[in-house]
Amino acid sequence: FLLISASLFSVTKQTEGKELTKEEKQRLRKEKKQQKKNKEKKDEKASQGSEKEKKSGSLAAAAPQPPAKSTTVKTPSAVPAPAPVSVPSSLEAPAPVDKPSKTKAELKAERRARQEAERASKPGKKGEPGQQAASGKQKAPPSELQPVIKRLPEHIQVDNPDVLKKLAKKLERQQIPLRLDYGYKVSLFSHLHQYSRKAPLTQQLSIPSTVIHPAVVRLGLQYSQGIVAGSNARSVALLHAFKQVIRDYITPPNEELSRDLVNKLKPYISFLNQCRPLSASMGNAIKYVKKEISNISSQCKEEEAKSKLLNCIEWYIKEKIILAAKAIAESSIEKINNEDVILVYGCSSLVNHILFEAFEKGRKFRVIVVDSRPRLEGREALRRLVQRGISCTYVLISAVSYILPEVSKVFLGAHALLANGYVMSRVGTSQIALVARAFNVPVLVCCETYKFCERVQTDSFVSNELDDPDDLMVTRNGKTQLESWQEVPSLGLLNLVYDVTPPDFVDLVITELGMIPCTSVPVVLRVKNVDQ
Amino acid sequence: MPGPYKETDLTERVEAFLSDLKRGGSGTGPLRGSAETARETTALLRKITAQARWSSAGDLMEIIRKEGRRMTAAQPSETTVGNMVRRVLKIIREEYARSRGSSEEADQQESLHKLLTSGGLSEENFRHHFAPLKANVIEAINELLTELEGTTDNIAMQALEHIHSNEVIMTIGRSRTVEAFLKDAARKRKFHVIVAECAPFCQGHEMATSLSKAGIETTVIADAAIFAVMSRVNKVIIGTQTVLANGGLRAVNGTHTLALAAKHHSTPLIVCAPMFKLSPQFPNEEDTFHKFVSPHEVLPFTEGEILSKVNVHCPVFDYVPPELITLFISNIGGHAPSYIYRLMSELYHPEDHEL
Repeated sequence: FLLISASLFSVTKQTEGKELTKEEKQRLRKEKKQQKKNKEKKDEKASQGSEKEKKSGSLAAAAPQPPAKSTTVKTPSAVPAPAPVSVPSSLEAPAPVDKPSKTKAELKAERRARQEAERASKPGKKGEPGQQAASGKQKAPPSELQPVIKRLPEHIQVDNPDVLKKLAKKLERQQIPLRLDYGYKVSLFSHLHQYSRKAPLTQQLSIPSTVIHPAVVRLGLQYSQGIVAGSNARSVALLHAFKQVIRDYITPPNEELSRDLVNKLKPYISFLNQCRPLSASMGNAIKYVKKEISNISSQCKEEEAKSKLLNCIEWYIKEKIILAAKAIAESSIEKINNEDVILVYGCSSLVNHILFEAFEKGRKFRVIVVDSRPRLEGREALRRLVQRGISCTYVLISAVSYILPEVSKVFLGAHALLANGYVMSRVGTSQIALVARAFNVPVLVCCETYKFCERVQTDSFVSNELDDPDDLMVTRNGKTQLESWQEVPSLGLLNLVYDVTPPDFVDLVITELGMIPCTSVPVVLRVKNVDQ
Repeated sequence: MPGPYKETDLTERVEAFLSDLKRGGSGTGPLRGSAETARETTALLRKITAQARWSSAGDLMEIIRKEGRRMTAAQPSETTVGNMVRRVLKIIREEYARSRGSSEEADQQESLHKLLTSGGLSEENFRHHFAPLKANVIEAINELLTELEGTTDNIAMQALEHIHSNEVIMTIGRSRTVEAFLKDAARKRKFHVIVAECAPFCQGHEMATSLSKAGIETTVIADAAIFAVMSRVNKVIIGTQTVLANGGLRAVNGTHTLALAAKHHSTPLIVCAPMFKLSPQFPNEEDTFHKFVSPHEVLPFTEGEILSKVNVHCPVFDYVPPELITLFISNIGGHAPSYIYRLMSELYHPEDHEL
């Protein structure tokens, strides 16, 4: 906290002197109070014994959070249980109510100082501290190598009861029902949610639900039932729903559109997150929308502001998704030769688009569609390709080592590209890349830049999505083997949705900025950040 | 007259067995395990030895070879039939040699010499008639049958040598040998098993239910997730349909992917295969290696219009090269894949490789 304030202090200019000294005074007061708090903590630690101290020490070291934010995570848990799991909660004394507001004020002061610094360096830009708080749900975009204040997303901390309690309280405030987990979870994945498709969130909503816009409710239902699937489709559907929300939005009196609209969007996003965890592309789209909203000046009239926002969203869809697909298709056509045998996996809208364009341009090739249980998305791709007249072969993923000797190239779609070069995509993609590498077949991944993500991940366990385990059941010859899997205590079904492919399996990534190797993803991210 | 009555009875048995083989291998009939097939084949061969009319070892070998050719033609993918025929032929050769008084080892050492000098077939040697030959051969076949009955137990007995506690073991599809192996280890140790379901037949589901009923922590995953979960797996234990002459496998489809994923993560791949699965075939026989079943399993007829415009493949087997395999566990112990050729020469005579 002190280091951050010191760096900010050095950047600001003379004209802001008065306000800074006020800030300085505020900070000094808060520092004194923090010191008092630390003294209290030390007393508690001494009374509770060395064991828990060690545990808390390791926890504090592990969590990459500065003390200010960590207190906001720990304080809501009013359970004083000395259980070793909830050690962080036992660290604090029964928290007084004024603590959160104090730390919020600290954060606000911090942010205001940062705003003024940015204002000083970039004249004409307007920002409110409230909007910065709103974007805190996603990871804070780092600017100029500042220490990144990362907050772990809730959906990968299901095994932490404090986080769950905090989420429950937040949802209660926003009047959104909490979705309950279903079925026995495999121990390796106890930190992820597992929902049942048969119990959609909308069943728990009260009928006259004034909090959530009906377009968003419909969208959430479509997500959770799998009617809208695929990262491009989900993002576009989300942006359309937001457009509808903006059209129907009326600024309440004494409120500014730029601040209020963002606050209105927050419960919608929580609701959609409960229906199905947000994808990386959706996250980027939401960030963009919130930024555009917060950039609306207060002098703008409501109608003007709304039309401006609608145009921005239109532009985003057009530029980042549609034109990007065209650019990618143009550069991929160079990679498709006559007499090629191309292998595709599942149903990627981008890869399908590329194949259609290549076929229109007159390239002669045939396609092998590989599919996997339980989603069987490849059948949809097969239908679309056959309708266009492309000759296709269809196999399941277990037969991929039989069919690969015939294949000349593999085209894969991606859900997100991570900053360490790993490709996050539908489960099974890494397997196809592995076998293709064993047979020396080139693997090309096609991905728009708006799906690039600043996260890093090395395995498919830490951050993933668990689908309904009942999907794995199958009825053959009238018998369903796994029918009563819930009754057998030692049997678990695992239905993963995503997996990560290491960059050494991927030969080329085709984006609208050109053809890059997998390892250049952080370069593209940096270029994007500088542009924005 | 007992003679002709016995013969018709015998031919009936053989015909019944052949039609059973043809039906059982299509994937729709009750899938019989390889052990059962091996036992039935050997029992049938014993019956042929007992009831058919033959005077010398050569005659008997001719009869058995003829029947063997018919049986392998009925279901070429069921290699245990051919393996048992070759075992019995080797037994006959051995018993003949013993009756004649010459030791086997001398034969083996001089084989190269014989190849260079004589060049003539040693079959003409089999024309001698020996009275106790029939009884000896039948006794030897009985020994073979006892060995067959004990294979699964012999393999399962070795389980505790290979599985430690709190391990995560991965397997694919359903293999009775592996099931017995894991259940035996579960009596003394606690470990987790991840079963890949092996579409489209999804035999992994049966395996998982059976293992979980024995109290083993089991998880069923889709085939597509094999590579995703492989990083947490300590060992991969699989069964196979056939062990080929070069140490490779002909196993259920999806095994090659599993083996590649295990190699990538340097996870040992252990194959539990009894000796009767060892076959003198090599994998480069294009026509006979792969077996396909109805594509209805992959793309059902309900898909309608697109069916006529697409090619659908549903292969049953996969080839796994010997470089990806760490260990074979058979009823006579553990072996490296590079040792398989030696076992082959002990089980089968080189002249019997081609029936």
